[in-house]
Amino acid sequence: MKFFAELGRFLLMIKTMFSKPENWKMYWREFMHQCAEIGIGALGIVVIISVFMGAVSTVQTAYQLTSPLVPRYTIAQVVRDTVILEFAPTLVCIVLAGVIGSKIAGELGNMRVSEQIDALEIMGINTKAYLVAPKIFAALVVIPMLVVLAAGLGIWGGRLAGTATGIISGDDFDKGLLASFDPYNAFFCMVKAYVFAFIISSVPSFYGYYVQGGALEIGRSSTRSVVVSCIAILFADYLLSALLL
Amino acid sequence: MIEVKGLRKSFAGKAIINGVDVELQPGMCNLIIGTSGSGKSVFTKCVVGLFEPDEGHVLYDGKDFTAMSQEEKKEVRKEIGMLFQGSALFSSMTVEENVIFPLDMFTDWPTRKKLDRVNEVLERVNLKGANKKFPAELSGGMMKRVGIARAIVLNPKYLFVDEPNSGLDPQTSGLIDHLIKEITDEYKITTVVVTHDMNSVMEIGDHIIYLYKGQKEWEGNNKEIIFSKNKLLNDFIFASEFLRDAKDMRMLEETGKIANDRNMAELTHDDAPTLVPPPDGKEESGEQDGMEK
Repeated sequence: MKFFAELGRFLLMIKTMFSKPENWKMYWREFMHQCAEIGIGALGIVVIISVFMGAVSTVQTAYQLTSPLVPRYTIAQVVRDTVILEFAPTLVCIVLAGVIGSKIAGELGNMRVSEQIDALEIMGINTKAYLVAPKIFAALVVIPMLVVLAAGLGIWGGRLAGTATGIISGDDFDKGLLASFDPYNAFFCMVKAYVFAFIISSVPSFYGYYVQGGALEIGRSSTRSVVVSCIAILFADYLLSALLL
Repeated sequence: MIEVKGLRKSFAGKAIINGVDVELQPGMCNLIIGTSGSGKSVFTKCVVGLFEPDEGHVLYDGKDFTAMSQEEKKEVRKEIGMLFQGSALFSSMTVEENVIFPLDMFTDWPTRKKLDRVNEVLERVNLKGANKKFPAELSGGMMKRVGIARAIVLNPKYLFVDEPNSGLDPQTSGLIDHLIKEITDEYKITTVVVTHDMNSVMEIGDHIIYLYKGQKEWEGNNKEIIFSKNKLLNDFIFASEFLRDAKDMRMLEETGKIANDRNMAELTHDDAPTLVPPPDGKEESGEQDGMEK
């Protein structure tokens, strides 16, 4: 029952965040600020994760492909599809749920507890539109970009690890990358990125916006938002795979 | 003028505000006083629209705020300034950015004009030159003053102040009280102050409403409050032995002056409430003053 009550409240928050901005310039400024916060703030961790994710994929795929009948460039094919279909969107977004989600929940929670949200409301500002909407729209713009970057860096990391350890030559890897590539996989990757971006930004916004209490409650809501976001990402991952693949 | 009619608000079935009728007078400092948990803050939040009342109406200049659409409420709120208990300054912004924020949001003035206005209100609250400081660099009193500057920067018709003296030393509290009073008189705004600070009550209480268990128990001004025979009010305002003694002394000193002020020559020290219970042990019920309920 509590789940449905929270879901209803969440949907109402999303609905009321669509209203005419009091001042487009201020909303645009906030949107750009959030783009920078989410994009630049998470760039470092995305780069590191992506490169290592690709490198480990190459090494482990090579470890499992022991048959001499399977050509070496198959390793690149496997790495490419694994990174595009799963690792770049899902793994990166789960990490982003922690990095960005806790930040959003903490920021809004602190604003709620210190009455900054009330102060904005008193000024006549729709706080859901001014505080939540720019975060969600910024995430929808920036996170797919980070996922594309993660996919590229993941494949590059795989090539780097493969050539550095002698598992596969650069030419074989490039050949494998181009062999039987299905563009639909890239489309699927982007669909996941947009869905996950919405989850990563909206769920923590909800928990942060409605927090009640003090510092302890902000911490709890932050943790809860990350846990719920991760579960929602995994659930959506399965649902999208079942529906679209 | 703000009129509150039959206001009720409950949380989880527990009535916090239980049918309050009050008129908040224009151009005056209206003080909402009461013990912790008496419903002062909930009352104020209902009046400004942060809480939806369960029953009752709040009228701003005759327009029913509770019946307005969100868009209409937003228009009314542009005429409201509020200072929160913890100042509610945006911590990532400088003093200047905090104060200019409402101007950025609601005006299309050129930057120079906005900055001039910011400097004007900062000067008014004695914070000239603090533009580039962050809230973390300010003292409690300075934060309150920045909060006041932000609240008045759009020339509001109504100013709400929640616990302006909490966490401040008596001297700074006095400065904040005087500032609120001066701004009220200067800008001719309707100010509503939630407080349980008795210095504030005596200094700036043009119109005082005492709430007790979610109901209006007493209404009057800072001259009348000292003579009130309302037991509940007296228990609240003269809670300490020191204040009781001070009250007796002040009454002896001021009875004549207040009597003249009110043109009530018949007012004597005998009108003062009985601080010592009567010999028969019966306590006054607390509903004897002329303006109660």
